Amino acid sequence: MTPENTDTDVLVIGAGGAGMRGAIAAAQAGRRVTVVCKSLLGKAHTVMAEGGAAAALANVAGLDSWEAHFADTMKGGKLINNWRMAELHAKESPERILELERWGAVFDRTEDGLIHQRPFGAHTYPRLAHIGDRTGLELIRSLQDALVHTPGVEVHMEVTVVRLLLAAGRVVGALAYARADGRQIVYSARAVLLATGGAGRIYRVTSNSWECTGDGTMLAYEAGARLRDCEMVQFHPTGMVWPPGVRGILVTEGVRGEGGVLRNKDGERFMERYDHERMELSSRDVVARAINSEVAAGRGSPHGGAFLDITHRSPDFIKRKLPSMYEQFLKLAKVDITKEPMEVAPTIHYYMGGVDVEAETGATTVPGLYAAGEVASGLHGANRLGGNSLSDLLVFGKRAGDAAAEFAGRQGKPRRIDKAQVEAATEFLMAPLTRPHGESPYKLQSELQEVCTQHAPIIRDEPSLREGLEKVLALKERAAEMGTGGATTRAFNPGWHSALDLHSMLINAEALFRSAIERKESRGAHARSDFPKLDPKWAQLNLMVQKGKNGEMTVTATENQPIPYELTEVITQSFQKYTPEEHE
Amino acid sequence: MAVSTPSRNVVLMSVFRGDADGGELVNYRVPIREGMVVLDAVLWVQANMAPDLAVRWNCKAAKCGSCSAEINGFPRLMCKSPVAEYGEEFTVRPMRTFPIIRDLVTDVSWNYEVNKKIPPFTPSAEDAADPEPWRMQQEDVDRITEFRKCIECFLCQDVCHVLRNHDRKDAFFGPRFMIRTASLEMHPKDALDRRPLMKGEGGVGMCNITKCCTEVCPEHIHITDNAIIPLKERVADLYFDPLRAIGRRLRGKK
Ligand SMILES: Cc1cc2nc3c(=O)[nH]c(=O)nc-3n(C[C@H](O)[C@H](O)[C@H](O)COP(=O)(O)OP(=O)(O)OC[C@H]3O[C@@H](n4cnc5c(N)ncnc54)[C@H](O)[C@@H]3O)c2cc1C
Ligand code: SF4
Ligand code: SF4
Ligand code: FES
Repeated sequence: MTPENTDTDVLVIGAGGAGMRGAIAAAQAGRRVTVVCKSLLGKAHTVMAEGGAAAALANVAGLDSWEAHFADTMKGGKLINNWRMAELHAKESPERILELERWGAVFDRTEDGLIHQRPFGAHTYPRLAHIGDRTGLELIRSLQDALVHTPGVEVHMEVTVVRLLLAAGRVVGALAYARADGRQIVYSARAVLLATGGAGRIYRVTSNSWECTGDGTMLAYEAGARLRDCEMVQFHPTGMVWPPGVRGILVTEGVRGEGGVLRNKDGERFMERYDHERMELSSRDVVARAINSEVAAGRGSPHGGAFLDITHRSPDFIKRKLPSMYEQFLKLAKVDITKEPMEVAPTIHYYMGGVDVEAETGATTVPGLYAAGEVASGLHGANRLGGNSLSDLLVFGKRAGDAAAEFAGRQGKPRRIDKAQVEAATEFLMAPLTRPHGESPYKLQSELQEVCTQHAPIIRDEPSLREGLEKVLALKERAAEMGTGGATTRAFNPGWHSALDLHSMLINAEALFRSAIERKESRGAHARSDFPKLDPKWAQLNLMVQKGKNGEMTVTATENQPIPYELTEVITQSFQKYTPEEHE
Repeated sequence: MAVSTPSRNVVLMSVFRGDADGGELVNYRVPIREGMVVLDAVLWVQANMAPDLAVRWNCKAAKCGSCSAEINGFPRLMCKSPVAEYGEEFTVRPMRTFPIIRDLVTDVSWNYEVNKKIPPFTPSAEDAADPEPWRMQQEDVDRITEFRKCIECFLCQDVCHVLRNHDRKDAFFGPRFMIRTASLEMHPKDALDRRPLMKGEGGVGMCNITKCCTEVCPEHIHITDNAIIPLKERVADLYFDPLRAIGRRLRGKK
């Protein structure tokens, strides 16, 4: 079968919040845009986001400002953030949220009719624009509607990109396959925007969707781009624990934002001992470790977690503010959260690490390749604050879309796609189908998840990390010979798709282990029992992963750009405390 | 892979395997775990017995609307259907209203084409030009919140007899898009009139209020009562009773 060829100005890989916002920006700049995504449109991982989008609109707390938001983000990220991204994000989020409202998005309102904002962990002020607990769905649907009505945009659903194509060191296209019939598609493009999301599925217990296999990080890495902060993986403190079938499904931080309290099996509100000041609304790394410690000390709930209790709020309030949580527990765990506490434990949630980008443009270190959203790295540093992702998608989706459009506009005729590269990529793509008796990708995938879960948990140490790395490398060797589990059909064959996904997952896992070994300190999401303290020396360093000359993975510590004096002042300034009047 | 678990911990799941050229139900014995949902069972079969079993899923948390299928003939989200509810045996088939691709996966692209025909959110020129952040009341927002919960699982489209039994995709957009239209028509800041579209191509008149759609909606949206009937009324106002329509407008209900 000869591959189908299609030509476009800007190829956007991914249709989550970042991809769609980027595509709209590029099309509005007059470029032809093609969006490809692994799933159906509107089903991307973003759809699951619950709590809200953080933006200093100052509708609920008049004291809020971009400075306060910036300071919270930097402190949450333990100062290894790309400070310029944090600055742009804090300044531009309100504008992006208001723009989304003008495109038809609907948010909960304050009494004055403005967008309501809910409190969230480690945000000094109530800051999350939300609609109940399904903000991601609202964001997706509003962007989807805007996208399909933007002239110049074409969407190819259920198409997976497996490799980027280069010419003279520049990204000029991609090879993909259509899931429905396995047909190959060669895209030629003047610029490519990666918006592929995270890699949570390399762990067994995760809140992440099926798609989160880290494809974008793999694509960028193989094209020679630099990855950053790959050791920083966020455990969300509250995932469901029981029954086993639902383990990992997220319990939104909104529960704690709306007043939910955490208790151990003795009924003690243990956060008192870990963060007396912020209690349940401390940053995620702190709360996740606290639950972890309680369980380790034998004070956990029956199924190895903690109790999260919101029963002191009225049933009406709970059903209105947290409707999907109410439904989720009732249906899947047979727990009525208006009457009983929930059982929760940490679950893998977010990738702070990813492709290293320039703050203003989302440009990666490879010309013609841009990245935005969870696949990109820098904004969140060592720990992401809740709500900062959705606004990240809008702010940097737009910026990267604008920049990719601009870059594409500067290119003349499309570069010729190199046949040899297409052939090599096609061979890689088809290989699992030629090995029906090779090992099952499902088996390897589950072994990989076990390795990450066991060797890169909330608290890490060098011997175990090294063992984990060895295991990943061994799996990589087996994966080179893996099949599809048996079937050789090209038509919607998940065995084949899983084999291809596994390739991305392995690269993400290797980058995680290699970086985690190098960072010999504890910072944010990266906690080490052998280096339990924050080391000021490491505050200046980011770990960068890149493909070496002989195809080996290299990790280098690079000194980050010093934070300008004025911004350091902003971070160290103390912001007036917000005291909400309690009202339901 | 042989399953040696005692039979009471095993369910018999029959899954449709096939494509446009035909197919059959294939039986799988699946060991059950507490709290297992049908999607878990399908994924277990995929990982252990039938690696190419085609199924769509994303979130496994009833949030994305990907895993729609017919379980014992009833349109459901597989990730929200506990196996325990079905006793010892059950069947899983793809949605019947859409052309099959393979196994449990159907071609739902028609729905995306329909969506494109509905003009998007359009504020009035005045609102669009207003430099100040918009103000809306919670009560007005609440009116459409229900519709905006739709996860596009297309189960309502699957069950609606106009599409399912009479295949009138040419004459009716289907309940999902009645919801979509209602969410725009009742948006406090939307200024466009989609009633002519609803009367014409949208075909709101094709619906005879059987409420089957409402019954299957996993988001518990009152599709018929809260969206379709009000849309029918609005359309009726426009075409048959100009005075009542003006009255409504004056009362600020568009
Ligand atoms: C349960 C849950 C709740 C959350 N709640 C919040 C919240 O309240 N607030 C907040 O700020 N954040 C929240 N987050 C985090 C946030 O939702 C995500 O970080 C964010 O949505 C990521 O968006 P994205 O656009 O970068 O990528 P995604 O939404 O993950 O989209 C990735 C896209 O890329 C496509 N893709 C991937 N690989 C390929 C490939 N190889 N070829 C083609 N296409 C590909 C996918 O199909 C998809 O369309 C939550 C996350 C979860 C899991
Ligand atoms: S109520 Fe109308 S839209 Fe719903 S299933 Fe019946 S005919 Fe179809
Ligand atoms: S209205 Fe309900 S049943 Fe129909 S697509 Fe939306 S969520 Fe699914
Ligand atoms: S997998 Fe998302 S709704 Fe079932």
